[in-house]
This record gives sequence, structure tokens and C-alpha cells, in this order.
Amino acid sequence: MSKIVEGLLYSESHEWVKVDGSVAIIGVSDFAQAEMGDITYVDLPSEDDEFAAGESFGALESVKASSELYCPVSGRVIAVNSELEDAPEAINEDPYASWIIKVEMSDSSELSKLMNAAAYEQAAK
Amino acid sequence: MEEQLKITCLHDLHLELGAKMSPFAGYDMPIQYSGIVDEHNAVRKDAGVFDVSHMGEIFVSGEDAETFVNHIFTNDVRPLEPGSIVYGMMLYEDGGTVDDLLVYREFSDEPSYLLVVNASNIGKDYEWMKSQAAGYRVVLDNQSDNFGQIAVQGPKAEDAVVDLLDLEEVRDLDFYTFCDVEDDNGSRVIVSRTGYTGEDGFEIYASPEIIRDMWKWLMDSGVKPCGLGCRDTLRFEAGLPLYGDELSAEISPVMAGLSMFCKFDKPEFIGKAALEEQKAKGTARKLVGIELADNAIPRAGYPVELEDGTQVGVVTTGYHSISLDRSICFAMVDRQYADLGTPLMIHIRKRVFPGTVVRKRFYKTNYKKNNA
Repeated sequence: MSKIVEGLLYSESHEWVKVDGSVAIIGVSDFAQAEMGDITYVDLPSEDDEFAAGESFGALESVKASSELYCPVSGRVIAVNSELEDAPEAINEDPYASWIIKVEMSDSSELSKLMNAAAYEQAAK
Repeated sequence: MEEQLKITCLHDLHLELGAKMSPFAGYDMPIQYSGIVDEHNAVRKDAGVFDVSHMGEIFVSGEDAETFVNHIFTNDVRPLEPGSIVYGMMLYEDGGTVDDLLVYREFSDEPSYLLVVNASNIGKDYEWMKSQAAGYRVVLDNQSDNFGQIAVQGPKAEDAVVDLLDLEEVRDLDFYTFCDVEDDNGSRVIVSRTGYTGEDGFEIYASPEIIRDMWKWLMDSGVKPCGLGCRDTLRFEAGLPLYGDELSAEISPVMAGLSMFCKFDKPEFIGKAALEEQKAKGTARKLVGIELADNAIPRAGYPVELEDGTQVGVVTTGYHSISLDRSICFAMVDRQYADLGTPLMIHIRKRVFPGTVVRKRFYKTNYKKNNA
């Protein structure tokens, strides 16, 4: 049974979003990391890159496969967790502590399209 | 229409262990149990066991067995002592590869052989062999469904197999030799010092019932179950080709850099003339190893490019190597870019990453040193 944290929002492609004012902190769910297996590389965007909701902003790579990361909300990247470059396994160890990017949202109404913990629990079954 | 997936004699035991299963070569096979990295490291540092029952076993006997096998096989079986094994390929007339395989010289007086072939090619190989057998007094016998097979691999594989079989003699087996052991019921067990990991190890062929008992015994004694996921990462690091990726009907052993397994001093073998021409004129493309400066991972199918963006090749297998902690791949490239040290770029998603042509044997293998 994968772990789901209350108070976060979730996308259908298994990213989580923590809202901090106008900033969305983005990572991947426990379900996603378990599906991937051992993560060996995180393809990160650069600061100031802009993404539309649903657009690919990078990728996670396990030994066997690569998996696109999709931006749950539109906006501009204001921070990138560069520690993941040297320690991608941190996502396996604690996916909810291992944020990947922080995005300054351009349209916070998009958050209403994401799932809460209860809805995600149903979806990720 | 989708074909029904086949299962090996260990299938239910994989499910019990909670393996992640996936279709491979027409079989529902375990890809991983505890995780690819954990299993990979177990084989490099300790011991692991693989279910490779999907592999094919085809027996060749009869008066002309030796000349027939030498006709369809690139390597030379004439010098083989009973109990020894040799690796090579079966080719089409144009030099394309039917399959790569191991040939076991049986203990019979008159030469006879066991050919161990890739699961995905069993039917094709058997038909090919039959189609080439006209005029040869040989008996071809596809026993693939009657044999299970496990591979016990790693520096502690020898201890594990000695305990499993209660047989000290297996310590004396040289690399690429085998012995026959009889089960209590008189059924045949073949113990072979071979593998596909770059480590010392054994492959054991026996009836499905015996293979099940052996698997259970190995599980009880703590040998780590390993899936096809790490089988691929291990063979790749050791520079070993996988049929379909580095060898195929379009990729000859000369293109794959495997000429040493083709014996051109033999009077003939199918595909010899084509290979000789490839060697003389050079092939359009060659298989190379490429190491990336970055940790981005080159995957099969990604383009290999020059700095100006011209595509000069394609990745066939690539990983972030678990044992070497760097991103490396095999790639088929235009031959003028195949020299060691050539700078090449690999296109990974939206970006290009610089790399260098390196030797294909990425990892230093640890096979058993043969007795003098």
C-alpha cells in the first residue's frame, strides 16, 4: 500500500503539489516511485523555465525505464532541487520530502483540477 | 492476434516471491524481486539465481553431427573435448545472424551436441536447422519444453552449487566446461560453468521437477532470486550482446565486433563468404561502446549524432551502469566514427550530451581461471 500524505494535492500522472501562497512545490508520489523502482537519474529543468499545466518539465530514470514528469500547474520555475542530481535515490527513500521543483503559479485556479488525498487514494488503487 | 504467454516451471514460485512479472520472448518472466540494483549487486559481490528455463535446448546427434554443426555454426567444434562448450553464432548466407548460442560437446564417443539457444528464437532456429540438414545423417531433437534451467551466478556461486548438489567436484569445473550428474531417479542434470553476467557461475539444466526442487532449496539457503532486469544490466556491463539488440538478421558478428567467434580457417560454414567480404571491405556500421560525461541515460533507439546534429548511429542498449556508476551504452555507428576516443553526441529527449567511444567491455569480468 503506497503512502499518501494529507494536505497535498495530486495529479493523475502521480505528481504531488504543496501549495505555499503563490508557489507550488512539486514532487512525485510514493506510488510513482514504487512503480519506477530504483531511480538513478533526475532530468531537471532550469530556473526561469516556463511550463504550461500538463507539459513535461523533466524526467525520472530508473535502471530500466524513463518516465516523464508533468507540471501539474502553469508557471515559472523559481527553484530546482539540485541535490537530486547527486542523490536521485532520495526520491525512493522519501518521495514527499524530496521536492523536485518550485513553480511560481501563473493561474492558481488550476489547483482545483487536482485531487485531494482521498480522491488520489481512490485513483491510485 | 495476441499469443498466449507461456510460463516456466518456476512461474508460481516467482509469484509467491512477489516478483514483478513482464512478457519476455513469449514467456511471462520475473523482471525483478527486491529491485534491480540490489539483485545486480548480489551477483557482483555474493550470489544470485536466475530462472532461465525459457532458453532452448536442441540436441544434435548422428553420424554427421560434427560436420553438420560446423556447417551451421561460426565457431569450430572439431577441437572440443567431451564436456567442453563453445560460443558462436548461426548465420544466414548473407552474414545476418540467426541466433547466438552455446554448443556443448556431449560425452558420447561419436560426437554429438547440445545447442542452447535464445528463447525468442527456438522455433526459428529449429526450423532453420532442419532446413539446412538435407544430405546430413543427423537427428535433431528440440527438447526445450522438457528442460528447466537455472543460472547461479556470482563470486559465491561455487559454494552455493557445491552445497546444492552436495558435490565438491564442481569446484574443479573449468570455465566453459560441464559435467553430467544423475538425479536419484536417473534423470539427467547438466552442470555447466557458464553464464551471462561477467561473473563466475553455473548454469544447471534438468527436468522441471528437479529445477523446482533446486530453486526452493536455493531460496531456503538465502541465495538471492534475480530477475531479467539485472540479467540485462549485468550482461551489458560485461560487454555481452543480446540477440535482437546487438545481433540480428541485420547485424552480423563482424558488425558486432564478434569475429573472434567465427573461425575463418574452417573449410566452410553458412555465411562465411559474406563475413569474409565484410572483413575485407569493412561494414557500413559497427557496434561501439560510448561513455557519456553526464549522468543522463542513453536508451535503446536514441540517436547518436555529430556536434553539428548529423545522425551517425543509434543506441542499442544503455544504462547508468550500476557497478561503474557512469552512463554507458552500446551503439551501432557509421564505421568512420567507430574508433576509440571518437567524440560523439547522444540525443536524450530534448538535449544532446557529449560522449566518447570506449571499449565495449565496460566491466572487468571475473570468470574462473582455468586449471593448467
